[in-house]
Amino acid sequence: MQFWDPRIEEMPQADLKKMQYKLLKSLVCRLYSFSPFYHDRMKEQKVHPDDIRELADVKKLPFMFKKDLRDNYPNRIFTASQEELVRYHVSSGTTGKPTVVGYTQKDIDMWSTSIARGLTAIGLGRGDVIQVSYGYGLFTGGLGLHYGAERIGATVLPTSVGNTERQVELMQDLEVTAIACTPSYLLHIGEVAEKMGVDIKKDTHLRAGILGAEPWTENMRKRMENWLGIKAYDIYGTSELSGPMFTECAEQNGFHIWSDIALVEVIDPKTGESLEPGEKGELTLTMLQKEALPMIRYRIGDIASVDEDVCPCGRTSPRINRIQGRVDDMLIIRGINVFPSQVEYTLMTIPEVGQHFQIVVERKGALDDMLVRVELTKEAFSDKINDLMLIRQNVEHRLRNALNVAVDVELVEPGSLPRFEGKSKKVIDKRVL
Amino acid sequence: MDTNKYVIKQISIFSENRPGRLAAVAHALGEEKINILAFSIAEANGFGVIRALVDHPDKAYKKLSSMGYNVAFTDVIAVQMKDQPGGLYEIAKVLGDAGINIEYSYAYSGKKAAVLILRVDQVEDAIGKIHASGATLLEHTVFH
Repeated sequence: MQFWDPRIEEMPQADLKKMQYKLLKSLVCRLYSFSPFYHDRMKEQKVHPDDIRELADVKKLPFMFKKDLRDNYPNRIFTASQEELVRYHVSSGTTGKPTVVGYTQKDIDMWSTSIARGLTAIGLGRGDVIQVSYGYGLFTGGLGLHYGAERIGATVLPTSVGNTERQVELMQDLEVTAIACTPSYLLHIGEVAEKMGVDIKKDTHLRAGILGAEPWTENMRKRMENWLGIKAYDIYGTSELSGPMFTECAEQNGFHIWSDIALVEVIDPKTGESLEPGEKGELTLTMLQKEALPMIRYRIGDIASVDEDVCPCGRTSPRINRIQGRVDDMLIIRGINVFPSQVEYTLMTIPEVGQHFQIVVERKGALDDMLVRVELTKEAFSDKINDLMLIRQNVEHRLRNALNVAVDVELVEPGSLPRFEGKSKKVIDKRVL
Repeated sequence: MDTNKYVIKQISIFSENRPGRLAAVAHALGEEKINILAFSIAEANGFGVIRALVDHPDKAYKKLSSMGYNVAFTDVIAVQMKDQPGGLYEIAKVLGDAGINIEYSYAYSGKKAAVLILRVDQVEDAIGKIHASGATLLEHTVFH
């Protein structure tokens, strides 16, 4: 059994909690003193750093939401100056404005360390060739896994997404042993390989997949493992916390949330009350060591439960089991988070279409396909098919820019989309995972 | 020349491309005792435009609008063709030679002769040229 940081990964749980308390206390003191945002938040909540006397006192602290990042676009709640930052990542926001995450060198190091521990836990290391087929760029997946894989001394093949035939050729030629990408992209790679006459099981050295950025199931795991002859591991994270950062270990039974990096709570999404280990609720994470953008009790919106038992692999940190859903209506399309409110916001700026819309998500082959149905307004109706095609292209273009994901648009007759009283159901998700 | 009398009001209806849509439009017009004299469907991926010449365009417009359809009027012209080989060529050549673009067109074979319905980019010019060529333009009173 390999460990990257055996001292922390195997630390007795009582010691881990002591360490977490110290980190939390110092974080709270620092933020209360130096960050107007956190200072005001704590004042509103009537909590002072002196009130944090044990780890359980984390419950006294106010929650944070994605909205806080959006409202403070681009960098107003950063607690490091621009000179201290070494990188930005940007993800699309829920309504137009994106969210920006800044990283100091230490933030990048902690992120890479977290991934390095996970990759080590699944048996990867020096001598492995890791193909990173997550998107590189503003999205955190590509660079996150890249730095983590380099950290353990593996050889990185930074293929990013796309040009799948070439990805298969390189996988063979450079004897790739592990791939990091979304589960749906790995399925796509598998299908393309088959068409090329390449049997990934027999014709390549691939033996592990680090798959995340979108939900998948145990069924998909079994299918991919049998079909491709690999072990498939889940990885969890979100850009607000750095990016993908917590993987399963060889046991394949939950993400290890490293206690020196994050404090995980599960709460009742309605009341905000803390739930017991094993109970299902909304994941709430406090990043204990982040410098540029600390997140305290950040409500991610994912539903899961926490297992605090020591893992059979020997690691003592708590584990989150598979994500079981969302508290909101967020969709994940080809690894990209999409909120129906973003669609609504974008459509409102296009006079040719009405405010009503319907999103239909399907899985065609291995890839997600998102269709947005919109009503053509009376004023925009033209007798010429070309004009109508241009309207549709424009809507597709605008949605693509806002969501960072390709969208098909269908123009429908006014009044034909369902109207809802109260909570609307604007999303039809036909995907079977 | 009074070209106005040759300008015909065509009704255009936006429709989703799925079963039953044409039936719904046709049923509504039938209920209002509106007769369809000529029509065509233009389709793109997922949607289409139904174009029709009817005997009571205003009534049709009102009825379909009240049902929530996107409806518009478009000016078209109707030319009588010889119902024999080369009939279409004669008309198309006149417009082509004059640099007038046909945006779309459809035809029907009537009791007396074949009729070509044309949507062109320069309506007045087209009427003048066709008239000068000796071909017969149908007045809008033929339809409504």
